[in-house]
Amino acid sequence: MDLDPRTVLAIMLMALATYATRASGLWLASRLPISERTEAWLGYIPGAILVSLVAPVVVSGGPVEVLAALAVVMVAIKTGNLLASMLTGVGAVVILRALIENLS
Amino acid sequence: MMNEERSLLEAERAADETTFTLGGALRGARSCAPSAVSGFAIGLVFGVLARQAGLGAAEAGIMSALVFAGASQFVVLGLWAAPAPVAAVALAALIVNLRHLLMGAALAPHFRGLSRLKAYGSVFFMADENWALAMGEFDKGRRDAAFLIGGGFVMFASWTTSTLIGGSLGQNFGDPARWGLDFAFTAVFLTLLCGMWRGRSDLLPWIAAAVVAVAAERWLPGQWYILLGGLSGSLAGVMRRGS
Repeated sequence: MDLDPRTVLAIMLMALATYATRASGLWLASRLPISERTEAWLGYIPGAILVSLVAPVVVSGGPVEVLAALAVVMVAIKTGNLLASMLTGVGAVVILRALIENLS
Repeated sequence: MMNEERSLLEAERAADETTFTLGGALRGARSCAPSAVSGFAIGLVFGVLARQAGLGAAEAGIMSALVFAGASQFVVLGLWAAPAPVAAVALAALIVNLRHLLMGAALAPHFRGLSRLKAYGSVFFMADENWALAMGEFDKGRRDAAFLIGGGFVMFASWTTSTLIGGSLGQNFGDPARWGLDFAFTAVFLTLLCGMWRGRSDLLPWIAAAVVAVAAERWLPGQWYILLGGLSGSLAGVMRRGS
Protein backbone atom coordinates (compact mmCIF):
# COMPACT_ATOMS: atom_id res chain seq x y z
CA MET A 1 0.00 0.00 0.00
CA ASP A 2 2.39 2.73 -1.09
CA LEU A 3 0.90 5.93 -2.45
CA ASP A 4 2.99 8.24 -4.58
CA PRO A 5 2.11 11.85 -3.65
CA ARG A 6 2.42 13.06 -7.24
CA THR A 7 0.10 10.29 -8.43
CA VAL A 8 -2.41 11.17 -5.72
CA LEU A 9 -2.23 14.83 -6.76
CA ALA A 10 -2.89 13.87 -10.40
CA ILE A 11 -5.88 11.78 -9.32
CA MET A 12 -7.28 14.61 -7.17
CA LEU A 13 -7.06 17.06 -10.07
CA MET A 14 -8.70 14.53 -12.39
CA ALA A 15 -11.46 14.15 -9.83
CA LEU A 16 -11.95 17.92 -9.56
CA ALA A 17 -12.04 18.36 -13.35
CA THR A 18 -14.52 15.51 -13.70
CA TYR A 19 -16.82 16.75 -10.97
CA ALA A 20 -16.75 20.21 -12.54
CA THR A 21 -18.10 18.73 -15.78
CA ARG A 22 -20.83 16.91 -13.86
CA ALA A 23 -21.95 19.91 -11.82
CA SER A 24 -21.65 22.76 -14.34
CA GLY A 25 -24.18 21.46 -16.89
CA LEU A 26 -26.79 21.20 -14.16
CA TRP A 27 -25.75 24.57 -12.73
CA LEU A 28 -25.91 26.40 -16.06
CA ALA A 29 -29.18 24.85 -17.18
CA SER A 30 -30.94 25.49 -13.88
CA ARG A 31 -29.86 29.15 -13.91
CA LEU A 32 -30.81 30.06 -17.45
CA PRO A 33 -34.47 30.35 -18.36
CA ILE A 34 -35.49 27.23 -20.28
CA SER A 35 -37.54 27.95 -23.39
CA GLU A 36 -39.61 25.33 -25.14
CA ARG A 37 -36.91 25.09 -27.77
CA THR A 38 -34.18 24.53 -25.21
CA GLU A 39 -36.28 21.87 -23.55
CA ALA A 40 -36.75 20.12 -26.88
CA TRP A 41 -32.99 20.28 -27.42
CA LEU A 42 -32.33 18.78 -23.99
CA GLY A 43 -34.77 16.00 -24.86
CA TYR A 44 -32.73 15.03 -27.92
CA ILE A 45 -29.46 14.83 -25.99
CA PRO A 46 -29.76 11.33 -24.42
CA GLY A 47 -30.36 9.51 -27.69
CA ALA A 48 -27.72 11.52 -29.53
CA ILE A 49 -25.07 10.80 -26.87
CA LEU A 50 -25.82 7.08 -26.79
CA VAL A 51 -25.73 6.88 -30.60
CA SER A 52 -22.35 8.64 -30.52
CA LEU A 53 -20.99 6.17 -27.98
CA VAL A 54 -22.15 3.16 -29.96
CA ALA A 55 -21.83 4.07 -33.65
CA PRO A 56 -18.00 4.19 -33.93
CA VAL A 57 -17.64 0.82 -32.16
CA VAL A 58 -20.12 -0.85 -34.50
CA VAL A 59 -19.10 0.88 -37.73
CA SER A 60 -15.32 0.58 -37.41
CA GLY A 61 -15.50 -2.80 -35.68
CA GLY A 62 -16.29 -5.02 -38.66
CA PRO A 63 -18.73 -7.89 -39.25
CA VAL A 64 -18.44 -9.35 -35.73
CA GLU A 65 -19.48 -6.11 -34.05
CA VAL A 66 -22.25 -5.44 -36.60
CA LEU A 67 -23.75 -8.92 -36.17
CA ALA A 68 -23.46 -8.78 -32.38
CA ALA A 69 -25.11 -5.36 -32.39
CA LEU A 70 -28.00 -6.71 -34.48
CA ALA A 71 -28.44 -9.59 -32.04
CA VAL A 72 -28.47 -7.16 -29.12
CA VAL A 73 -31.07 -4.93 -30.77
CA MET A 74 -33.30 -7.93 -31.52
CA VAL A 75 -33.16 -9.20 -27.95
CA ALA A 76 -33.61 -5.68 -26.58
CA ILE A 77 -36.75 -5.06 -28.65
CA LYS A 78 -38.19 -8.48 -27.91
CA THR A 79 -37.49 -8.70 -24.17
CA GLY A 80 -36.55 -5.20 -23.06
CA ASN A 81 -34.28 -6.96 -20.59
CA LEU A 82 -30.90 -5.27 -20.10
CA LEU A 83 -29.10 -8.26 -18.64
CA ALA A 84 -30.38 -10.61 -21.36
CA SER A 85 -29.29 -8.33 -24.19
CA MET A 86 -25.92 -7.61 -22.59
CA LEU A 87 -25.20 -11.32 -22.24
CA THR A 88 -26.37 -11.83 -25.84
CA GLY A 89 -23.92 -9.19 -27.05
CA VAL A 90 -20.95 -10.51 -25.09
CA GLY A 91 -21.75 -14.11 -26.02
CA ALA A 92 -22.21 -13.27 -29.70
CA VAL A 93 -18.87 -11.47 -29.84
CA VAL A 94 -17.03 -14.38 -28.19
CA ILE A 95 -18.63 -17.00 -30.45
CA LEU A 96 -18.22 -15.03 -33.68
CA ARG A 97 -14.57 -14.19 -32.92
CA ALA A 98 -13.84 -17.85 -32.20
CA LEU A 99 -15.58 -18.87 -35.46
CA ILE A 100 -13.60 -16.38 -37.52
CA GLU A 101 -10.35 -17.46 -35.89
CA ASN A 102 -11.03 -21.11 -36.72
CA LEU A 103 -12.09 -20.38 -40.28
CA SER A 104 -9.09 -18.27 -41.17
CA MET B 1 -64.67 16.41 -20.17
CA MET B 2 -64.42 16.70 -16.40
CA ASN B 3 -62.25 13.64 -16.29
CA GLU B 4 -60.01 14.93 -18.99
CA GLU B 5 -59.59 18.22 -17.19
CA ARG B 6 -58.84 16.52 -13.94
CA SER B 7 -56.27 14.18 -15.45
CA LEU B 8 -54.61 17.15 -17.12
CA LEU B 9 -54.45 18.95 -13.80
CA GLU B 10 -53.07 15.88 -12.13
CA ALA B 11 -50.45 15.50 -14.81
CA GLU B 12 -49.41 19.10 -14.31
CA ARG B 13 -49.21 18.70 -10.57
CA ALA B 14 -47.21 15.51 -10.93
CA ALA B 15 -44.79 17.37 -13.19
CA ASP B 16 -44.28 19.99 -10.50
CA GLU B 17 -43.72 17.49 -7.74
CA THR B 18 -40.22 16.19 -8.01
CA THR B 19 -39.70 13.74 -5.18
CA PHE B 20 -36.54 12.22 -3.71
CA THR B 21 -37.42 9.04 -1.87
CA LEU B 22 -35.76 5.84 -0.74
CA GLY B 23 -38.21 3.96 -2.97
CA GLY B 24 -36.98 5.92 -5.97
CA ALA B 25 -33.37 5.19 -5.08
CA LEU B 26 -34.11 1.48 -4.77
CA ARG B 27 -35.87 1.49 -8.14
CA GLY B 28 -32.79 3.10 -9.65
CA ALA B 29 -30.54 0.57 -7.96
CA ARG B 30 -32.57 -2.35 -9.30
CA SER B 31 -32.68 -0.96 -12.85
CA CYS B 32 -28.93 -0.39 -12.82
CA ALA B 33 -28.00 -3.85 -11.58
CA PRO B 34 -27.32 -5.30 -15.07
CA SER B 35 -25.19 -2.28 -15.98
CA ALA B 36 -23.32 -2.72 -12.73
CA VAL B 37 -22.54 -6.30 -13.77
CA SER B 38 -20.93 -5.10 -17.00
CA GLY B 39 -19.35 -2.28 -15.03
CA PHE B 40 -17.79 -4.89 -12.77
CA ALA B 41 -16.23 -6.65 -15.75
CA ILE B 42 -14.89 -3.39 -17.19
CA GLY B 43 -13.60 -2.35 -13.75
CA LEU B 44 -11.61 -5.59 -13.54
CA VAL B 45 -10.06 -4.75 -16.89
CA PHE B 46 -9.32 -1.21 -15.74
CA GLY B 47 -7.60 -2.46 -12.59
CA VAL B 48 -5.45 -4.86 -14.61
CA LEU B 49 -4.46 -2.20 -17.14
CA ALA B 50 -3.76 0.34 -14.37
CA ARG B 51 -1.26 -2.05 -12.83
CA GLN B 52 0.35 -2.59 -16.21
CA ALA B 53 0.58 1.21 -16.62
CA GLY B 54 2.50 1.48 -13.34
CA LEU B 55 -0.20 2.45 -10.86
CA GLY B 56 -0.60 0.59 -7.59
CA ALA B 57 -3.84 -1.28 -6.85
CA ALA B 58 -4.68 1.22 -4.10
CA GLU B 59 -4.00 4.17 -6.41
CA ALA B 60 -6.22 2.66 -9.09
CA GLY B 61 -8.94 2.12 -6.48
CA ILE B 62 -8.68 5.73 -5.29
CA MET B 63 -8.96 6.93 -8.88
CA SER B 64 -12.10 4.86 -9.45
CA ALA B 65 -13.66 6.18 -6.24
CA LEU B 66 -12.83 9.86 -6.74
CA VAL B 67 -13.10 10.19 -10.52
CA PHE B 68 -15.75 7.50 -11.17
CA ALA B 69 -15.75 8.00 -14.95
CA GLY B 70 -14.56 4.95 -16.87
CA ALA B 71 -13.77 6.40 -20.30
CA SER B 72 -11.53 9.14 -18.91
CA GLN B 73 -9.76 6.71 -16.60
CA PHE B 74 -8.85 4.44 -19.52
CA VAL B 75 -7.63 7.42 -21.59
CA VAL B 76 -5.43 8.62 -18.74
CA LEU B 77 -3.75 5.21 -18.47
CA GLY B 78 -2.49 5.74 -22.01
CA LEU B 79 -0.78 8.95 -20.87
CA TRP B 80 0.67 7.62 -17.63
CA ALA B 81 4.43 7.92 -17.05
CA ALA B 82 6.84 7.51 -14.14
CA PRO B 83 6.50 10.96 -12.55
CA ALA B 84 2.76 11.32 -13.08
CA PRO B 85 2.04 13.93 -15.81
CA VAL B 86 -0.29 15.91 -13.56
CA ALA B 87 -1.48 18.62 -15.96
CA ALA B 88 -1.92 16.33 -18.97
CA VAL B 89 -3.92 13.87 -16.93
CA ALA B 90 -6.24 16.52 -15.48
CA LEU B 91 -6.78 18.10 -18.90
CA ALA B 92 -7.54 14.73 -20.47
CA ALA B 93 -10.14 14.02 -17.78
CA LEU B 94 -11.72 17.40 -18.40
CA ILE B 95 -11.97 16.88 -22.16
CA VAL B 96 -13.16 13.29 -22.12
CA ASN B 97 -15.83 14.14 -19.57
CA LEU B 98 -17.17 17.25 -21.29
CA ARG B 99 -20.20 15.20 -22.35
CA HIS B 100 -21.28 15.40 -18.70
CA LEU B 101 -22.10 19.05 -19.37
CA LEU B 102 -24.83 18.02 -21.79
CA MET B 103 -26.01 15.22 -19.53
CA GLY B 104 -26.24 17.51 -16.49
CA ALA B 105 -28.11 20.10 -18.53
CA ALA B 106 -30.62 17.45 -19.60
CA LEU B 107 -31.15 16.54 -15.94
CA ALA B 108 -31.80 20.11 -14.84
CA PRO B 109 -35.55 20.30 -15.66
CA HIS B 110 -36.10 17.11 -13.63
CA PHE B 111 -34.03 18.31 -10.68
CA ARG B 112 -35.97 21.55 -10.23
CA GLY B 113 -37.02 21.97 -6.62
CA LEU B 114 -34.37 19.68 -5.16
CA SER B 115 -32.09 21.00 -2.42
CA ARG B 116 -28.54 21.86 -3.48
CA LEU B 117 -27.09 19.00 -1.48
CA LYS B 118 -29.37 16.46 -3.16
CA ALA B 119 -28.88 17.85 -6.67
CA TYR B 120 -25.13 18.38 -6.55
CA GLY B 121 -24.56 15.25 -4.49
CA SER B 122 -26.52 13.21 -7.03
CA VAL B 123 -24.50 14.39 -10.03
CA PHE B 124 -21.27 13.08 -8.52
CA PHE B 125 -22.76 9.62 -9.15
CA MET B 126 -23.92 10.42 -12.70
CA ALA B 127 -22.54 7.82 -15.12
CA ASP B 128 -23.72 7.14 -18.68
CA GLU B 129 -25.86 4.16 -17.72
CA ASN B 130 -27.74 5.40 -14.66
CA TRP B 131 -28.19 8.77 -16.33
CA ALA B 132 -29.70 7.17 -19.45
CA LEU B 133 -31.98 4.98 -17.35
CA ALA B 134 -33.03 7.96 -15.24
CA MET B 135 -33.86 10.01 -18.34
CA GLY B 136 -35.99 7.11 -19.59
CA GLU B 137 -37.72 7.01 -16.21
CA PHE B 138 -38.44 10.76 -16.26
CA ASP B 139 -39.74 10.46 -19.85
CA LYS B 140 -42.35 8.02 -18.59
CA GLY B 141 -43.56 10.68 -16.18
CA ARG B 142 -42.06 9.25 -13.01
CA ARG B 143 -40.56 12.10 -11.05
CA ASP B 144 -38.43 10.54 -8.34
CA ALA B 145 -35.03 12.21 -8.71
CA ALA B 146 -33.39 9.76 -6.28
CA PHE B 147 -33.47 7.21 -9.11
CA LEU B 148 -30.17 8.60 -10.41
CA ILE B 149 -28.21 8.36 -7.17
CA GLY B 150 -29.70 4.95 -6.32
CA GLY B 151 -28.40 3.58 -9.61
CA GLY B 152 -25.17 5.52 -9.13
CA PHE B 153 -24.44 3.88 -5.76
CA VAL B 154 -24.70 0.41 -7.31
CA MET B 155 -22.47 1.40 -10.23
CA PHE B 156 -20.01 3.03 -7.81
CA ALA B 157 -19.80 -0.02 -5.55
CA SER B 158 -19.21 -2.36 -8.45
CA TRP B 159 -16.72 -0.03 -10.19
CA THR B 160 -14.52 0.54 -7.14
CA THR B 161 -14.46 -3.05 -5.87
CA SER B 162 -13.78 -4.46 -9.33
CA THR B 163 -10.93 -1.97 -9.84
CA LEU B 164 -9.33 -3.13 -6.58
CA ILE B 165 -9.74 -6.79 -7.54
CA GLY B 166 -8.40 -6.21 -11.05
CA GLY B 167 -5.51 -4.23 -9.60
CA SER B 168 -4.57 -7.08 -7.29
CA LEU B 169 -4.85 -9.64 -10.09
CA GLY B 170 -2.47 -7.52 -12.14
CA GLN B 171 -0.87 -9.34 -15.04
CA ASN B 172 -2.58 -12.71 -14.50
CA PHE B 173 -5.76 -11.76 -16.32
CA GLY B 174 -4.99 -11.94 -20.03
CA ASP B 175 -6.69 -10.12 -22.88
CA PRO B 176 -10.18 -8.80 -22.01
CA ALA B 177 -11.28 -9.07 -25.66
CA ARG B 178 -11.02 -12.85 -25.30
CA TRP B 179 -13.92 -12.69 -22.84
CA GLY B 180 -15.96 -10.37 -25.06
CA LEU B 181 -15.84 -7.76 -22.30
CA ASP B 182 -14.87 -4.98 -24.67
CA PHE B 183 -18.40 -5.26 -26.12
CA ALA B 184 -20.33 -5.28 -22.82
CA PHE B 185 -20.90 -1.53 -22.63
CA THR B 186 -21.79 -1.25 -26.31
CA ALA B 187 -24.48 -3.87 -25.71
CA VAL B 188 -25.78 -1.94 -22.69
CA PHE B 189 -25.85 1.36 -24.60
CA LEU B 190 -27.61 -0.26 -27.57
CA THR B 191 -30.29 -1.67 -25.31
CA LEU B 192 -30.84 1.68 -23.62
CA LEU B 193 -31.12 3.26 -27.07
CA CYS B 194 -33.86 0.81 -28.11
CA GLY B 195 -35.88 1.98 -25.11
CA MET B 196 -35.36 5.63 -26.06
CA TRP B 197 -36.81 5.46 -29.54
CA ARG B 198 -39.73 7.90 -29.56
CA GLY B 199 -40.67 7.52 -33.20
CA ARG B 200 -39.62 8.88 -36.59
CA SER B 201 -38.72 12.30 -35.20
CA ASP B 202 -35.66 10.62 -33.69
CA LEU B 203 -34.42 9.30 -37.03
CA LEU B 204 -32.69 12.46 -38.26
CA PRO B 205 -30.95 13.38 -34.99
CA TRP B 206 -29.73 9.82 -34.52
CA ILE B 207 -28.36 9.60 -38.05
CA ALA B 208 -26.67 12.99 -37.64
CA ALA B 209 -25.14 11.88 -34.34
CA ALA B 210 -23.91 8.61 -35.85
CA VAL B 211 -22.34 10.23 -38.93
CA VAL B 212 -20.57 12.96 -36.96
CA ALA B 213 -19.42 10.58 -34.21
CA VAL B 214 -17.99 8.05 -36.67
CA ALA B 215 -16.19 10.79 -38.64
CA ALA B 216 -14.86 12.49 -35.51
CA GLU B 217 -13.70 9.22 -34.01
CA ARG B 218 -11.75 8.51 -37.16
CA TRP B 219 -10.16 11.90 -37.72
CA LEU B 220 -9.95 13.65 -34.35
CA PRO B 221 -7.77 12.58 -31.43
CA GLY B 222 -9.22 11.45 -28.12
CA GLN B 223 -12.86 11.28 -27.21
CA TRP B 224 -14.22 14.41 -28.90
CA TYR B 225 -16.51 12.22 -30.97
CA ILE B 226 -18.94 11.66 -28.08
CA LEU B 227 -19.42 15.35 -27.43
CA LEU B 228 -19.52 16.34 -31.12
CA GLY B 229 -21.95 13.55 -32.02
CA GLY B 230 -24.19 14.41 -29.08
CA LEU B 231 -24.20 18.10 -29.96
CA SER B 232 -24.87 17.69 -33.67
CA GLY B 233 -27.52 15.03 -33.16
CA SER B 234 -29.48 17.03 -30.61
CA LEU B 235 -29.15 20.26 -32.60
CA ALA B 236 -30.32 18.49 -35.76
CA GLY B 237 -33.39 17.39 -33.83
CA VAL B 238 -34.30 20.92 -32.73
CA MET B 239 -33.59 22.51 -36.09
CA ARG B 240 -35.82 20.06 -37.92
CA ARG B 241 -38.56 20.79 -35.40
CA GLY B 242 -38.18 24.53 -35.87
CA SER B 243 -38.55 24.47 -39.64
